[in-house]
This record gives sequence, C-alpha cells and structure tokens, in this order.
Amino acid sequence: MNRRATQESPAARVALVTLTILLLLILLLLPLVVVFSEALMRGFGAMVDSLAETDSIAAIRLTMIVAAVTVPLNAVCGVAAAWCIGRFRFPGRGLLVTLIELPFSVSPVISGLVWVLLFGANGWLGPILNRAGMHIIFAVPGLILATTFVTFPFVARTLIPLMEHQGAAEEEAALTLGASGWQTFWRVTLPNIRWGLLYGVLLCNARAMGEFGAVAVVSGHIRGQTMTMPLQVEALFNDYDWVGAFTIAGLLSLLALATLAVKASLEWRIGQRSEALL
Amino acid sequence: MRIAQRSALPGFAPSFAVTLVWLSLIVLIPLAALALRPWELGVLGVWRSVTEPRVVAALRLSFGTAALAAAINVPIGLLIAWVMVRYRFYGRNLADSLIDMPLALPTAVAGISLTALFAPKGWIGALLVPLGIKVAYTPLGILVALIFVGLPFVVRTLEPIIMDLPLEAEEVAATLGARRAQIVARIVLPALLPALLAGFGAALARGVGEYGSVIFIAGNMPMISEIAPLLIVIRLEQLDYAGAAALGLVMLLASFVILLLLNLLQRRMIVHA
Repeated sequence: MNRRATQESPAARVALVTLTILLLLILLLLPLVVVFSEALMRGFGAMVDSLAETDSIAAIRLTMIVAAVTVPLNAVCGVAAAWCIGRFRFPGRGLLVTLIELPFSVSPVISGLVWVLLFGANGWLGPILNRAGMHIIFAVPGLILATTFVTFPFVARTLIPLMEHQGAAEEEAALTLGASGWQTFWRVTLPNIRWGLLYGVLLCNARAMGEFGAVAVVSGHIRGQTMTMPLQVEALFNDYDWVGAFTIAGLLSLLALATLAVKASLEWRIGQRSEALL
Repeated sequence: MRIAQRSALPGFAPSFAVTLVWLSLIVLIPLAALALRPWELGVLGVWRSVTEPRVVAALRLSFGTAALAAAINVPIGLLIAWVMVRYRFYGRNLADSLIDMPLALPTAVAGISLTALFAPKGWIGALLVPLGIKVAYTPLGILVALIFVGLPFVVRTLEPIIMDLPLEAEEVAATLGARRAQIVARIVLPALLPALLAGFGAALARGVGEYGSVIFIAGNMPMISEIAPLLIVIRLEQLDYAGAAALGLVMLLASFVILLLLNLLQRRMIVHA
C-alpha cells in the first residue's frame, strides 16, 4: 500500500477540498460580498451621504450606548460566575451552569417578549412604572435589558472551562504566601484569564451590537430614538432605500469581520476554541 | 459555615451572590413571566390560542423548515468538518474563520443580503428564474436562510469529534483489506453518528427560533410563509400579551422536548456503540 490507510485517494482529496471551498464561498462568502456590492451600487458618494443622515447617526450612537452598558455589566457578572463555578464545588453547580446558558437556547423574539410581559403597557410592572413616568418598553432601557438577556452567557461560558482547565494551584500558592483575596484575584487570576476574558467580551460585544430579534420586540421603532443599527437596516430596507440599508449593513459586516479576525488571533493565544458560540 | 467544599480560596459567597442576583434579574424573573402569563387565558383559552389554524401552520412551518434545513446541513457540515480536520490546504485558516461568518454576521444583515441574492433580479435568483424556481418570498427562502445560520453548528459540533477519532481503527481495517469506502461507511460514519445527531439538534434549535435572517426573505404570508416568532411579534402588536406568551411557551417547551429526545437517542447510541 503506497498511501496511508487513513486518507482518501489523491483524486478524491482534491475533489473534497474543491467542493468544500466552493460551498464555503457560495454559502458563506457570497452573502457578505453582496452587502458591499449593494452598498456601493450608486457609488461611494451615495453611500457616504446615506451614512450622514441624522437617523443613521442616531442609530450608530444608540448601538454604541447599548453595547457600552451591556457588555461591562455582563463581563463583571461573567467573571463572578466563573469564579464561583470554576473554583468551587457546591450543590446545584450543574444547575447553575445550565441556567446561565439558558438564554442561548431561547429564540431572540422570546428574549424580547419576556421584557414586554414585565414592563409593557399590559405588563406586570408596566402600568405602575408608566404612571411614575418611567418608560422601559419602547425606550432605551428596554433595549439594554433585552440585549443583556441575549448576551448574558458569553463571558461566563468562555471563562468557566478555561478556569477549570487552569486549576487553582497558582492562586493557592499566592494565598499561602500571604496575599489577600483581592490581591490574588488582581495579580494572579486576572492575568491568567485575560485573553479568555477578552474573547468572551469580544463575542458578547458582537452579539450586543448585532442583535435584531430581541430589540425589535422592545424597540417600538421610533426613528432617531429607539433604533439600533440592525433595526435601522430593517427600516431602510422596508422603505426601499437599499443603498442606505446596505450601507449600515456594511458597517455591521465590517464589525463581524473584525470580530472574526480578533477571535482567530485570540484562539491562537489561548490555544483552544471556546465552546461559546455566538 | 462553608457550603462550598474544597479549596482555601476566598470569595465564594460574594461571587455566588452576584451571580444569583444577576441571573435572577436578567434571566429567571423574565422567564417566569413567560411561564405564568399565558394562564390568564385559562387552560382552555391557552389551548385555543395555540391551536388556531394560523398558529398551527406557523409552528409546523418553523419546526418543519428548521428540521429540513438541519438535515441538509448534516452532510454539508460533515464534508466541511472532515476536510477542515483531515486536510491541510492553501487558505485553510481563512476558511476556518469563514465558517463562523453566520454566527458573527448580524441576522438582519444576513436577512437582507440573502434576500438581495435570491430576489428574481439577484445574482442567484436570476439564475433560478428560467428554471421556474422562486426562492425569495416563499417557504424555500426560509429554508435557505436557516441553512445559512445553522451550518456552523453542525461543523463546530463535528470537528472535535473527528479530531479525536482513533486512526488505529481505520488502519487496522485497511490492513485487513477493507477499501477506503468500506472504512468510511463501516467505521468512520458509525463513530460520528452521535455527533451528527448533536449537530442536527443544535442547528434545529437555532432554526426554530430564528427571526432576523428569515423575515426579510420569507414574504410572511399567513398560513404559507409566516414563521412562529413573527406571529409572536404580531400578537404583541395587538397587545395580546397572554396569547404571545402562550405561543412563546409552546415553542420553548417543544424545542426542549425535541432536544431532550435527541439527547436520549444520542446516549443510547454511545452505549450501544
């Protein structure tokens, strides 16, 4: 036998690789190419003009605000969750992990729906809050809550396996040598998990900025006020403003590409792929 | 008092408290609303609300199309995962990043882009018009969108399993005179069957709830191309909160039951393998 038994014949190999590359190009790359091609349909100038529209600028700003509130909150809580789950054994630990991952298996629309059930005009708390002048649904707080729900698991789910894999030996050594709990956390734990933390934050941020279904339910679609970038894409698309829709879609695609590039380099650094899928 | 065993590490109580409070506020209390609100209609009312013909059609469409898309993604995902693990070729790292594209690309972007691609004047749509195939604004469009978003789930589930396949089994079979096709059919595929099922389940679960990538291309005709998540949105717009919650609860429970069954099937396979 002149070739290894674990390989296909050379002809089959070429065929399989070619087919794979073709599939990837058509299924996954083509939709991305279309975005940029449609955005540039009427030229570069038209694209820039559509970006300068006040509603588009408001959408970009709102997306940044939502991510700026959501991501740090989920990062801090993700680290806390990873600390108690990755460093301690306690009854109900498995259940806690399951509950943390729960938002991943909930439809985006349901992730928005639950907040309307609580804070909407017919919600449990909505009427009371509305009378007090507080509006959550069809306002920015609702967008933040829905986005926080959707991106809840990312950081914890990236850090838990990483911390379990690293073990507690270094932290125990630091404590034995007289370091306080906080010192140990800042000087030992955090440096050890920094790339994993960044990885989780990266995925969390990408999803926070790109989320559509959950925010569509709570937004109320008030132009210039409660429209994030993905919602603005929908509104412009439905107005038959294709250049405008695909221009913002192009910005979001650039974000996706940047996320994938940083993700690849972080995977190389931590030497493993996180189980956390976007 | 120490609830947590092992380790002299401090900080269990505060980190556990933060986790529990955050989890309750952001996940558990909202989901409790979903579990409780439908019953305002009474048991009979909930039953009527989720068995309306339009609802049944939407649920059938969502679950049916998601299952079909996941089934189509199984062979495609197997091919891609196999090539990515076993072969080294030019551009492999780029291909690896590309696989995650549907996860990184916001769903609304995927939605309008697939619509542009498959519209009668789009790059692919124009090729299909002479063949009499309409994809955009039909249930076929939903299938295309769900294949796009589900593919990475199959590939990423399979890759680590293919990586861990013991090469010895294949080598032994070859020494005993088996042809490559026989080895793949008798040794490789059976070993991958549980993972194929898991990938199918993950893609199915994602497809059932998918909204952003679907609504642009679907056409959203009641009874024909209206998915269940869209019906939830419509009920909320009509301020029918209990009806929307009932439909959401049914979708969530049905997904969990399906995933649980697939999980049991997978375990049986591993035991019998």
